[in-house]
Amino acid sequence: MEILIALCIAFLTSGGIFLILKSRTFSVILGLMMLSYAVNVFLFAMGRLHIDKPAILQKGVTEYADPLPQALVLTAIVISFGMTAFLIVLSLRARKELDSDHVDAEGLEKNRGEKS
Amino acid sequence: MSHLVILPILVPLFGSMMILFAKILNHKAQQFLSLLTVIVLNVVNIIALLKVLDSNTLVYQMGNWEAPFGITFVLDGLSVTMLLVTSLLSIGSLWYAIKSKVDGEGISFHVLFQLLIFGINGAFLTGDIFNLFVFFEVLLLSSYALALHGNGKKRVRFGLHYMIINLVGSVLFLFGIGAMYGVLGTLNIADMAVRVSELTPQNQGVVAASGLLLLLVFGLKAAMFPLYFWLPGTYSNTSAPVAAMFAIMTKVGIYSIIRVHGTIFGPLAGDLSYYYVPWVLGLGLITLILATIGIMSAKTLKEQVAYFVLASAATLQISIGINSTIAMSGAIYYLIQSTFIAGGFFLLADTIGTLRGEFKDKIVRSPKFKSIVFVGGLFFAYAIAISSMPPLAGFLGKTMILYGGLESPYMGVVFSVMIISSLLMIIALAKTGSLIFYDTQDSQESINITLPDKIYSPIIYLFSISFVLVLFANSVTNFTLKSSQEIFSTKEYISKVMQEKRDD
Repeated sequence: MEILIALCIAFLTSGGIFLILKSRTFSVILGLMMLSYAVNVFLFAMGRLHIDKPAILQKGVTEYADPLPQALVLTAIVISFGMTAFLIVLSLRARKELDSDHVDAEGLEKNRGEKS
Repeated sequence: MSHLVILPILVPLFGSMMILFAKILNHKAQQFLSLLTVIVLNVVNIIALLKVLDSNTLVYQMGNWEAPFGITFVLDGLSVTMLLVTSLLSIGSLWYAIKSKVDGEGISFHVLFQLLIFGINGAFLTGDIFNLFVFFEVLLLSSYALALHGNGKKRVRFGLHYMIINLVGSVLFLFGIGAMYGVLGTLNIADMAVRVSELTPQNQGVVAASGLLLLLVFGLKAAMFPLYFWLPGTYSNTSAPVAAMFAIMTKVGIYSIIRVHGTIFGPLAGDLSYYYVPWVLGLGLITLILATIGIMSAKTLKEQVAYFVLASAATLQISIGINSTIAMSGAIYYLIQSTFIAGGFFLLADTIGTLRGEFKDKIVRSPKFKSIVFVGGLFFAYAIAISSMPPLAGFLGKTMILYGGLESPYMGVVFSVMIISSLLMIIALAKTGSLIFYDTQDSQESINITLPDKIYSPIIYLFSISFVLVLFANSVTNFTLKSSQEIFSTKEYISKVMQEKRDD
């Protein structure tokens, strides 16, 4: 399970980094989402991986899963959700105002001018 | 347990809620509530300052949960200074926003403004690294919206850059926190400092790496090389009062490095004690050099001021890198002054841009404009203050930092970079001042745009704080010296935070 989770985080992170290095806002947003998924799984794993263990105190149970990372992940998910929503709106506005979905829209206009 | 500690967070939060509801009344009501909130916040902060002068560090445990398990807020010399700087700066910024009618350009300016203060104050007070993340997100989200306030293509473009890089920073912050929690098993800064001192050698590497990851995130906020490229564009293209308020944002990063790294990797950390310091020093020096080049090559006055914000952040990074009590105390003193002056300079640059009509704030020759002598005088005063020349507070602060630097092994590099960059800054400002105010095109008709006199009052107000700092330099430096001794005696900080559980 450890290897599987580690590979999961690795693939998500590398995919995210690859995508945020692209020049279109859409792929940058996708990349940021993948990075935030990776970090969520990572935070989970930092409470160590357990199977079938309760996080809340129960009678007759001696071993528990760490409840704190689960709370942290919840907060992180909410925050990244809100941020992504804001970023999508912002990039839509940028697309409308700058007439391009390039993250560096002015540079693109120059190139377009040269081509035509 | 005094509830005073939590008030600087609650006042702007409730203020923003009230302003949100006041939307149904009218714009005037919003302005009134916003000013009222900021003034109340200042009163609270001054009371907090007096309390700290009285009884040193105050610790507040939310809901009386014991220290490593609950949410902790800590009010000590450094954080109360930062709180007061934020609230005093926000008066000037808000005043200008109302006088120049910038706040009317969008409907939620005042709400966002208060939420920004809420996030900043929270970041200054929290004693818990995950809450630091949460407050960072709060202040960032309102800063994204504020940076885009008003209109303009450039604003959207640089706002997008600012947001994307900060989102990447947030992800890295979570990676750093997660890795630290995985090894140390706690998120309370004081408790983490204890755990680091008991670390086994094979775990040290992980903690050191995640510490550097956090340094990267704070360095992004503090505009440390190579992560400063977002700053000049964002700051020079947003509206003036927002840019003035953003002058405190780089200091949030600086504060976090001092608080988080200075405590966790403080004198108790064994092998990891102050291992991050050479990084901060080296990168700070590079940042200062690049900021100076930016100042000299800036094409508009706002861009130049934005690079000055970068230069002051770099100076603070260097003083963290020197890592001595005196340098730190000088850094706190310099921080107070540079925040107000940079904020006021953004406002001044905006008025100059308005007065010059189509020439805006470009550093080029232009015909004469209205009240050129008065504005020129203000520019002269601000130029002296921002380039740290005597007799103003920046000079004293920089001297204290350099005096602390005498003990540093890298004294030669620190001295040469700081002094040469100061000289180049003065030359750049002299060039700007003479192009805008002296070398006017007298043959052409002068520009006939006037501004109401009241618009200058926030600018004079922010400048006067720097003046007060010099007048009371002795008592202020005594206080900053005490605060910087607190920063270096992490044992006391830890015992204060962890002690609280025995008292209850």
